[in-house]
Amino acid sequence: MSIILPYLLMIVVLLFTLTTIAAWLIWLERRMLALWQDRYGPNRAGPFGLLIVVADTIKLFFKEDWIPPFADKTIFVIAPTLIGATVLMSFVIIPYAPGILIADLSIGLLFFLAMSSLGVYSIVLGGWASNNKYSLLGALRGASQMISYEVFMGLSLMGVVMLSGSFRLTDIVLAQKGGWFIITQPVGFVIFMIAGIAETHRLPFDIPEAESELVAGFHSEYSGMKFGMFFIGEYLGITLISAMAVTLFFGGWLGPAFLPPLIWFALKTFIFILFFILLRASLPRPRYDQLMEYGWKVLLPVALLNLLITGGIVLMMNK
Amino acid sequence: MISILRTIGLTFLHMFRKRETIQYPEEKVVLHPRWRGRIVLTRDPDMGERCVGCYLCAAACPVDCISLQATEDENGRRYPEFFRINFSRCIFCGYCEEACPTYAIQLIPDFEMAEYNRQNLVYEKEDLLINSEGKYPGYNYYKVAGLAAGIKAKGEGDNEDPPVDIHSLLP
Repeated sequence: MSIILPYLLMIVVLLFTLTTIAAWLIWLERRMLALWQDRYGPNRAGPFGLLIVVADTIKLFFKEDWIPPFADKTIFVIAPTLIGATVLMSFVIIPYAPGILIADLSIGLLFFLAMSSLGVYSIVLGGWASNNKYSLLGALRGASQMISYEVFMGLSLMGVVMLSGSFRLTDIVLAQKGGWFIITQPVGFVIFMIAGIAETHRLPFDIPEAESELVAGFHSEYSGMKFGMFFIGEYLGITLISAMAVTLFFGGWLGPAFLPPLIWFALKTFIFILFFILLRASLPRPRYDQLMEYGWKVLLPVALLNLLITGGIVLMMNK
Repeated sequence: MISILRTIGLTFLHMFRKRETIQYPEEKVVLHPRWRGRIVLTRDPDMGERCVGCYLCAAACPVDCISLQATEDENGRRYPEFFRINFSRCIFCGYCEEACPTYAIQLIPDFEMAEYNRQNLVYEKEDLLINSEGKYPGYNYYKVAGLAAGIKAKGEGDNEDPPVDIHSLLP
């Protein structure tokens, strides 16, 4: 019991922190978007408009939780829970600071890749069960986008694995003591970020929901808290990709000693989250075929080339 | 690729720009003097009502939101007995202002007319009349009209000659 209790406590704290962060990211995104578009954003409810999240949540809870009569009810209800669950599962393996992590899996990176691929089920099932042509189109796009970008995401991370010689995320972080992997793996980082944006289907790669083409894509038929689940899942996804980018390329909790490791980790992650929002503020959405073409014709060869060169250099160094 | 990075950089620099938002209830919007907002009835320099109850505004109104009834006082001066504008219908097109021959009805730069009760948007004459000459100061219809209605005697108005004595042969 005494072994399990700290774990349980940490899980509860982590769940609470992550969902709170995800909720307040909505406020952050709206404020930052506004900042980059010469506006103010929500600034009325509470200090700096922070309570807009509370108002939004209350609104979502009191909205009619409508299940369309033409929808496949069971799957329609299950789909929104999947995205949040899979993303939250990935947070299990992230080392926040020395000692502050839930599971130090020896295949941590593979676990992350697996879980982020599973997230696509939420989109596909949600779009499919909605029984709406736009939802289905969105789901189809989501599926193909996830499948193709998952490939480069995995490949781009293999360079990191080669350099650190381990799939365990703590080992990867500790291997960066001499120098962050962004210095040795800049190409891998760029590909990982692009794939990460596509994985979280954030702008500019929000093709599954593309509101100007597909109403709201896979979640057109969702309302109330079910829609809220998709929303929270998206923001959790941003946090996850930011945290992973920090862990894999920016030295995780490592940093000068004047700040505690956890703060370093949070700070770096926060900067990446801001970068995600900045991307949304600045870039237009590519066409669907452009996205696929870009993925398969540019990113895949570059990722493979990066892998080849990294492998060669590692071999040379070890001789 | 370079253009994408440039776009991101330029968007980032927008952080230091001036905000475009007008924080409305605290900051007010700058409205130009001829902005078409709330409708008022103006008075002439003697503080008499300018409206002569000609019904041209009601006829011009595309949504039929103006209703009035003309009457006359003991001097033969026409004025509206009641003048009612239903602002829940008004589209602020300004046709009434254009139609008005005496500059009585005018649109002013004010849009803050929200009400909880729809009935409160029906403005009566006492709500519409203001103690001002509006956009045309100094204009007094009955001073330039050919009609003597207690404001001036016959031939004593502006730009008006005294009546000719038709019994005299002198020029």
